[in-house]
Amino acid sequence: MEITLTLNGRKITRSVEADLALLDFVRNEGCYSVKRGCDTSNCGLCTVFLDDKPVLSCSVLAARADGHRVTTMEGLQKEAAEFGAFIADQGAEQCGFCNPGMIMNALALFRENTEPSEEEIKEYLAGNLCRCSGYEGQLRGIQNFIAWKKAQGKEE
Amino acid sequence: MKIVNQPLRKKDAMQLVTGQPVYTDDLAPKDCLIVKLLRSPYANAIIESINTAVATKVPDIEAIFTFEDVDQEGKRCTYAGQTYPEPSPYDRLLLDRHVRFVGDVVAIVAGRTEKAVDKALSLIKVKYNVLEAVLDFHTALDNPVLVHPEATWEALCPVGADNKRNLCASEVISDGDVDGVLTDCDVVIDRIYRVKAVQQNMMEPFCTYCTIDTYGRLHVVSSTQIVFHARRIIANALHIPKTQVRVTKPRIGGGFGAKQSCVSEMYPAFVTWKLKKPSKIVFSRHECHIAASPRHEMEIKVRLGATKEGKIRAIDVYTLSNTGAYGEHGPTTVGLSGHKSIPLYRTEAFRFGFDVVYTNLQAAGAYRGYGAPQGIFAVESAVNELAAKLKIDPITLREMNITHEGDIMPAYYGAPNTSCALDKCLAQVREMSGWNEKFPVRYMANGKVRSMGVAIAMQGSSIPYCDVGGATIKVNDDGSYTLLIGAADMGTGCDTILAQMAAEVLECEFEQIQVFGADTDASPYDSGSYASSTTYITGNAVTTCAKKIRAKICELGAKKLECAVEDVVFDGKYVRSTVNDKSISLTAIAAASQCFNNIALQETVEMDSLLSPPPFMAGVAELEIDLLTGETAVANYYASVDCGTPINPHLAKVQTEGGILQGIGMSLMENITYSSDGRVYENSLMQYKIPTRQDIGHIHVDFACSYEESGPYGAKSVGELVINTPAPAIADAVYQATGKRFFTLPITPEKIALGEENE
Amino acid sequence: MLTIRELKKAATLEEAWQLNQKRINRVMGGMLWLRLSKGNVATMIDLSALGLDKIEETETEFRIGAMVTLRQLEMHEGMAAYTNGAMKEALRHIVGVQFRNLATVGGSVFGRFGFSDVLTIFMALDAKVELYKGGIIPISEFAQMKYDRDILVHVIVPKQKLACSYESVRIAKTDFPVLTCAAAMTETGVQLAVGARPAKAALVKDEQQILSLPITEEKAKAFAEYAAKLLPTESNNRGSAKYRTHLIKVLAVRAILALGGNA
Repeated sequence: MEITLTLNGRKITRSVEADLALLDFVRNEGCYSVKRGCDTSNCGLCTVFLDDKPVLSCSVLAARADGHRVTTMEGLQKEAAEFGAFIADQGAEQCGFCNPGMIMNALALFRENTEPSEEEIKEYLAGNLCRCSGYEGQLRGIQNFIAWKKAQGKEE
Repeated sequence: MKIVNQPLRKKDAMQLVTGQPVYTDDLAPKDCLIVKLLRSPYANAIIESINTAVATKVPDIEAIFTFEDVDQEGKRCTYAGQTYPEPSPYDRLLLDRHVRFVGDVVAIVAGRTEKAVDKALSLIKVKYNVLEAVLDFHTALDNPVLVHPEATWEALCPVGADNKRNLCASEVISDGDVDGVLTDCDVVIDRIYRVKAVQQNMMEPFCTYCTIDTYGRLHVVSSTQIVFHARRIIANALHIPKTQVRVTKPRIGGGFGAKQSCVSEMYPAFVTWKLKKPSKIVFSRHECHIAASPRHEMEIKVRLGATKEGKIRAIDVYTLSNTGAYGEHGPTTVGLSGHKSIPLYRTEAFRFGFDVVYTNLQAAGAYRGYGAPQGIFAVESAVNELAAKLKIDPITLREMNITHEGDIMPAYYGAPNTSCALDKCLAQVREMSGWNEKFPVRYMANGKVRSMGVAIAMQGSSIPYCDVGGATIKVNDDGSYTLLIGAADMGTGCDTILAQMAAEVLECEFEQIQVFGADTDASPYDSGSYASSTTYITGNAVTTCAKKIRAKICELGAKKLECAVEDVVFDGKYVRSTVNDKSISLTAIAAASQCFNNIALQETVEMDSLLSPPPFMAGVAELEIDLLTGETAVANYYASVDCGTPINPHLAKVQTEGGILQGIGMSLMENITYSSDGRVYENSLMQYKIPTRQDIGHIHVDFACSYEESGPYGAKSVGELVINTPAPAIADAVYQATGKRFFTLPITPEKIALGEENE
Repeated sequence: MLTIRELKKAATLEEAWQLNQKRINRVMGGMLWLRLSKGNVATMIDLSALGLDKIEETETEFRIGAMVTLRQLEMHEGMAAYTNGAMKEALRHIVGVQFRNLATVGGSVFGRFGFSDVLTIFMALDAKVELYKGGIIPISEFAQMKYDRDILVHVIVPKQKLACSYESVRIAKTDFPVLTCAAAMTETGVQLAVGARPAKAALVKDEQQILSLPITEEKAKAFAEYAAKLLPTESNNRGSAKYRTHLIKVLAVRAILALGGNA
């Protein structure tokens, strides 16, 4: 079937099989930041935005995205670099495989809540698994980013 | 130190946080054939016949390979990444008529689309002669059912293996009269402990792609920790010459030892070698749970004897280890269960014996700690029980008995304890955790209980008399350097810390060092990233190499200045004469090296080691337990680490935090159970639970460092050590809260609520 | 892996229902666990054009469309207020925000899964399902029905004078529950829904009026014992029957005491 969707701001039309997962669709379009980490919708590595909502692209049919907007990290490079720098400053991006999904979901969190508490951060990102870092360094990076953003806002 | 011991950002940090395509499956050519495996549903069976006729006709299928494509009497090999000759038995065939665990490989299917391959897999007809299976490692030794009855089974090293007894390794060593001393002790703790076959669960599954290169050779690009061993293993598995194989590694999404065996490589390698077309395999998460290379299940009997004043006198350890259907890392992991636990304490006598047995279960492999976590869970739990029995504070009891710098450690191969701040680690962790105020138990206003438990640990830094670390440095024409290594950065940041060491020696900016990762064609030989060897041994290779490069720079600089080489010095930017005011810049020297020059500005160093200096640490778990439901939260975990000098403090800290959480997962929630016919129930992330960020309060890490003279800038290692303390610390904190001891991991809420261990 | 031949966005409920009568077709929920499902589907029926992604709150009830996501339900302020936060408590442990942005109320309820937090809390709230052909059925009755080819259109939560609470036990924080327990106190009395036994939620009403007001800890314990005797539990790899029965006693007391329970 033919679908038309906006991927990272670009409108594209493709012919897809009905059971193609959005994850495989975006990777075929060169969005390699989106990773497959499990078969059971548990790990969060495949997080993309569907109309600005964070979803698991392994569990969305590409056909379901017809007429919608899909955003991957390839379309959020500036925000990813800005926030990612704080993760990098902790050394918390170890193997990096969980990072795109985690950073995407963190960006979604910041859009909903500019000053989340530690508990709110942990709950929002609970669906993003990491095996390398113990999550502690990621939390430091997130909290430093939030403080920096707040200070920036004050300066403006 | 200007660059070493600084918390610099990893060299690949920004590429990773912006999601650049740097992993194996991102780099695989788009026209790769998709390779998948048909796996045995039986724990022990002989394939009577296999019919691929219908499956082969599925459109877009290129080839299906079965045991009929592999010489069944051919030379076997091991898939373990170890220095040759490998201690692991040669018990593998690429495709074997005899399948030995649920998930063992039956056929390789290659096709142009995933759908075609899935369809073909479902159409392969296999007739199995199902055999009785050995599913309990307690009854494996001398069981009439043999996992490896074949005549072509081989053990290259004398590890005490005997395939006719299902024995993969066996040994006993002792020092002093352990039985005599124990009889004479006032108190003897005598217990059996059990750790299950938990999974590394790195976020990137096993994956590999292969192409045929310009010279007709097989080029394997894989998420692997061991490029050089992989080359040998693939050549052995395919029965082709090593010269025909090149192995390289891109960014790796985690390994933790899982990728210290070849788990996926040989299958696309075979397909590409046979069909001369690119192919790739990406393991599903399911495959990563049923046919990977998990920790060895071990049952460890400890007898630990002491005086009533608390002086530990003797430790006797016997380990029964389950290597599963194949012997990767079987003979070697077991050794650490004794050699990295007993030496923590000064004793009059010790004994350490072990048997490693084959079973028809998933083949185990290398997982961070490599036998030490199992042994330390056992011995540290016994020490904690001793403390309770004698009513001595567990930290104080340890302070009375631990090894000190300067000791000779009989249970650690008689090696000297060359650098040790373990006493400072204990003092620091007592302070950090508020131990004196909080141990053992506090009752909280919310109805829950908070309790404390402590444990110490050691590991090693490389395998002495065995590991080789390599470094090549060359000067580029702009005065920058390229550091070529064979060690594998799997996210740990070794590319970064090795560059830090090089920059320190070369007195240049960190940014001037470019790192070239592991490639069997271009890299200097390196055993690979395991055994916590990279910082110590490869680090020594890097610093030695950098010093040699300085000498080369001086040599060419002196030539250009028309001075004697003894009359110049190099300050990182200039070679200066000490007898006049002439100087020449590094960039000028580099340019000069490329014109009418015969002094190579390149050096290679291979480094070995006679020592494996142990890093040490102390860990305290502060649990918050709901005694009625048994739910247990780790409110805080405190750790004090002696890794020698931390080359990059942020990376050492994050390694510690990550390792601790893996240890916590193993202690509280990662469980492995089997059906009666040998299937693993925990075969997905839905069933196998690794800690989420809500499963930990806070991890607090600090360093109390000794200085290891034999290590680069005083460094030892940190990679594996950090997984070793949580299990015994948590087990004792549970005891403090409930009065019940548990000896089998994981300690689930059910066990705590009901006070029973039904395993 | 599930194979799907085509996707059809139904223009009407009737069209969706007609398509669903063929056994080779299926109604699409959140599509989670896509790679876990096996089999071949001819037409996957998409209900997303039918306006079922809304929660309508009136004075007498909440009408929750089948395509409402668990995240929408979790964040709905009216529902949070009505249930004293119990609905949020029931939902916030489910895998992650991304998962809940996809999982639908219809899919969760129609599945009548044993592990379902959603089913447990709806049952305690006396919710009803609205089936296209089958009409409005109490959820406790619906839970016992066999799967059929009807279409779940709405979940209706009637508004009563209500105190509500939710308890669950998990081994890892975002895991399937080992046991779920929702308590509700209305004008007719207290009732408990207990799920993940591992069987699906079942309702225990206070027929013997053990929990007469004011509710004391002793009365709560007595009712918990009663519920534990009534509800069978079984063992699986997350827990034994013995542990689950023990948990019923513990969670029931907590859920009941959290209701307040003073006239």
